[in-house]
Order: sequence, then C-alpha cells, then structure tokens
Amino acid sequence: MGKYIYMDNAATTQMKKQVIDEMMPYFSEKYGNPSSVYSLGSQSKRAIEEARQKVANTINADKREIFFTGGGSEADNWAIKGIAYGNISKGNHIITTKIEHHAILHTCQYLEKKGFEVTYLDVDQYGLIDLEQLKNAITDKTILISVMFANNEIGTIQPIKEIGEIAKERNIYFHTDAVQAMGNIRIDVKELNIDLLSLSAHKFYGPKGIGTLYVRQGVKIDPLISGGGQERNRRAGTENVPAIVGLGKAIELAYENLEEHNNRLTSLRDSLIEKIRANIPYVRLNGHPTLRLPGNVNFCFQFIEGESLLLSLDMEGIAGSSGSACTSGSLDPSHVLLAIGLPHEVAHGSLRLSLGDFNTEEELDYVVEKLVKIVDRLRSMSPLYEKIKEGK
Amino acid sequence: MYSEKVMDHFQNPRNVGEIIGADGIGEVGNAKCGDIMKMYLKIENDVIEDVKFKTFGCGSAIASSSMATELIKGKTIKEAMELTNKAVAEALDGLPPVKMHCSVLAEQAIKSALLDYSKRHNVHIEGLEDVNFDDDHHDHDLEQL
Repeated sequence: MGKYIYMDNAATTQMKKQVIDEMMPYFSEKYGNPSSVYSLGSQSKRAIEEARQKVANTINADKREIFFTGGGSEADNWAIKGIAYGNISKGNHIITTKIEHHAILHTCQYLEKKGFEVTYLDVDQYGLIDLEQLKNAITDKTILISVMFANNEIGTIQPIKEIGEIAKERNIYFHTDAVQAMGNIRIDVKELNIDLLSLSAHKFYGPKGIGTLYVRQGVKIDPLISGGGQERNRRAGTENVPAIVGLGKAIELAYENLEEHNNRLTSLRDSLIEKIRANIPYVRLNGHPTLRLPGNVNFCFQFIEGESLLLSLDMEGIAGSSGSACTSGSLDPSHVLLAIGLPHEVAHGSLRLSLGDFNTEEELDYVVEKLVKIVDRLRSMSPLYEKIKEGK
Repeated sequence: MYSEKVMDHFQNPRNVGEIIGADGIGEVGNAKCGDIMKMYLKIENDVIEDVKFKTFGCGSAIASSSMATELIKGKTIKEAMELTNKAVAEALDGLPPVKMHCSVLAEQAIKSALLDYSKRHNVHIEGLEDVNFDDDHHDHDLEQL
C-alpha cells in the first residue's frame, strides 16, 4: 500500500510499540491463569493488579474501585443495567442524553421494555446539555444519571463537574461514558463526583476488547456476568491478562504525556478546521468550537452525501468516518447530528476526521488538497448544488 | 462491500451532466433520505439519442445512475421502459441488500424522465400509467431490521 493517512482515531487507534512489548510475554511464557495458586498464576495476578493500580492512579480512585471488562460497551451495559437492577427498590427512572453512544442508548431502550423509565435530555446546537433541564428531569424515582464525558462524533465535552454536583446533591448515582475522553482529558473522579466511569483501551493506543468500569466504593451494582469469583465477584470470567497489561501500559503512557498530546492535537485540529473552512465553501463545523476533544474535526459538506465522500477519500488512501445513513447500515443519519438540529439532508453529508498521535501537519495539507477535489467532483454531480448555483 | 464494477462506475461515472434543451427531465428521491437522481433525455424518433444524469447520494446511487444511463443510451423508448432495477443491479455485479433501493431509484428516474417527455410531446408511452412515483423506494423500518 502506498501513502495511507489514518484520520479515524475516534474509531480506534494504532497500538503503541511500548504497549505491544509490555503485552507480549503474557501471550507466551507468562500464560498462567491469575486464579491459580502456583507461581505462574500469581505472576499473572500481580500483572493485573499492577495495571489496576495504574488505572486507579490515573483517575484518582482506589484500585478496589477498578473492574476490567471486555471493552467500553460492556462497561456501559454493566453500569446501566447493573445500577438499574441493583437499585430497583429505590426507583426505576434513568436520565441520559440523546447523543449517547448506542451502548448506552440501546441499553436504556432495552430497560424501557422491562418497565424502567428513561428521560433523554436534549442538547443545544453545539451538543451541550442544559443543566436546568437535567435538574427538572429528576424525580424521586431517579436512580441514575448517565451523561457521556465527550461525544464520539462531534467531540463536544459536557459540563461533567456540574452534573456530578447535581447528582451528588440529589443522592443519585452518576455514570459517565468516558470512552472518548480517556487519554485526552485529565479526569479526577473525586473532584468530579463521578460514581461510575467507562473507558476502553483501544481509544488511547491500547488493545481492543478490554475496558474498565470504575465503580465508587459503596455503589450498589448488580453484576452483568455471573460465574467465577474474578474481579472481586463483580465480573466473572478468566481475565484477559495480556489486554489488561496493555491497558495499564497505554493509560500510563497517555497520561505521562497528556499536555504534550493535547497541545499538539489541538493545534493540528484547529489547523485542519481552518484549512477546510478556507478552501471549501458551504461547510459547517459540527460540535463546539472550543469545548471539544483535541483530535475531533467534524464537518458537514452541503449538497453531497457522506458515503461517497468516504469512498473517494479511501481511494486516495485517507481513512475517515461519516454520520451518513449510508455508512451506518440504517437509513437515517446520525442521531447526534439530528439532535444538534441539523436537517436530514445536511446530516447526510458529514465527515469526521479524528486526529491522533501519529498524524502530522504535512498530512493535513494532503488531506485538504484531496478533499477540495473530491468535494468539487461530487458537487459537480449533485442536482442539489446545481440549484444553489442557479440561485433557486 | 461493493463490486469492482460499482467502484468503477462510482469513480468514473458515465454520462454525468445535463442536456441543454432535453426532451425529458425526471427527478426522483429526496434529500431527506440522502439520495436524489435527476435524469435528462434527448429523444429522436423514439430512440434515446443521449442521456445524462446528476445524483446526490452514496456510492451505489451514483454507480446505479451511471449504469442505468449506459443501459438505455441508443435504445428505443420501449426498450428503456423494460429496464428493471434488477437489471441495473445485475449489470453492476450486484448491490448489497441495503443498497438495492438505489437501483430502484435509477429505474424510476428513467421512467420519470420518460413521463416528462410524454407530457411535453403529447405522446403515449405504454406502461407509464402503471408507474407510481410516490411509492417510496425504501422502507425505513424494514431495512433497519
């Protein structure tokens, strides 16, 4: 393959070499089951506990509050279902937002079928929730507030501290899906009053299929997966030792260099936004101008459709993603873009380019150069653009 | 996801553009669903002498438009009326099930342009009275399953 530019770091990231190196022995010579009593087993056990300590240190938690899961979606499912079923005697009402990841939304929809009530908060044009609407949505049956830390599509960062305060005041559990935020934002669960937090290693240069649910001590939560006594009886199943080791290394690396990572990505991000705006007419930046993830760029290109944009970019060796219906397998465009008030036809033409540590300034120029040509070509074929040009 | 033929017709679409003074123009689909096809026909002695299209849509919508124009260029009106969405999809070496509606749209775009021609030139075209352009080309609920 020739030149390949990967700008889909919100989908997944390339693992860092140090992470792979750290994991490798646990695939081969250090293969023991952590639950076994002999030394080969306890060696694996120690590796897991070291990783657990690294996660705990990163988010200012106790290591007994860190539970490894099979990824972000499992952590989200566990948080929502576990709190719902574990606190059913207190109430059956959950508050979340319209722009959550499907791991939250579909779990909430499932619970609605089981008799729970769910309020889906609106967001404004930038994707921010309204704290007053949140306060007003709380009832004496509310057991959980779940608001994502930062949005995966448009990158908008929510007022997590304020939400945490509201939840604490009303004695309601607060969960945040921090899958996109982790590795990009410094998170202190105590300062932010977070009771439950989901994260996923492959979003910060770690392996896929491994995540964490942070559960504050004293939170009443049912297990999602029953079986052996792993993870202090909270999450059964033999631990994915190499992946856990990889998660630990990845989170350590991410937070060692967080400021450098953020400064670099924010500058690349703003540069890309500027270049697109300067070179292509009829575009709209989705998400908040400043309260956004350092690597997130999301634009709508009017009069063209997102999938044809992605296919064209792919032919030029550029990987991005779209909230277009045609890329999702369903026929409706992204629920996030609709929630920020975009009309269907505009939402169909979205493109997300998410930057990561391996992207460079030179790549931005190449991408913009190609993007200008692609957008121009697709617009020249579009009957919608024709109407605009004719002033209809 | 797509056949080589689809990618070829997406990358190098045939007959893109407009025909000034077209004898029939048809537009189907809607922006809300993410696809619109506009078809222009130049017809002489019941033969489609030229055809051009413009499409807003995904890769398979553009490829379906392109293939459909190829299949009717130089053909008689009667032959063009016989073009089915399946024939368009087959000529593209198949489309993913969720994208079959793109080929339906291509068939409808041709018929819509022929309808416009028949009205403007006051000619009767066999079979056009049976075409229902309001018939939505895809069912949101069904395809989400």
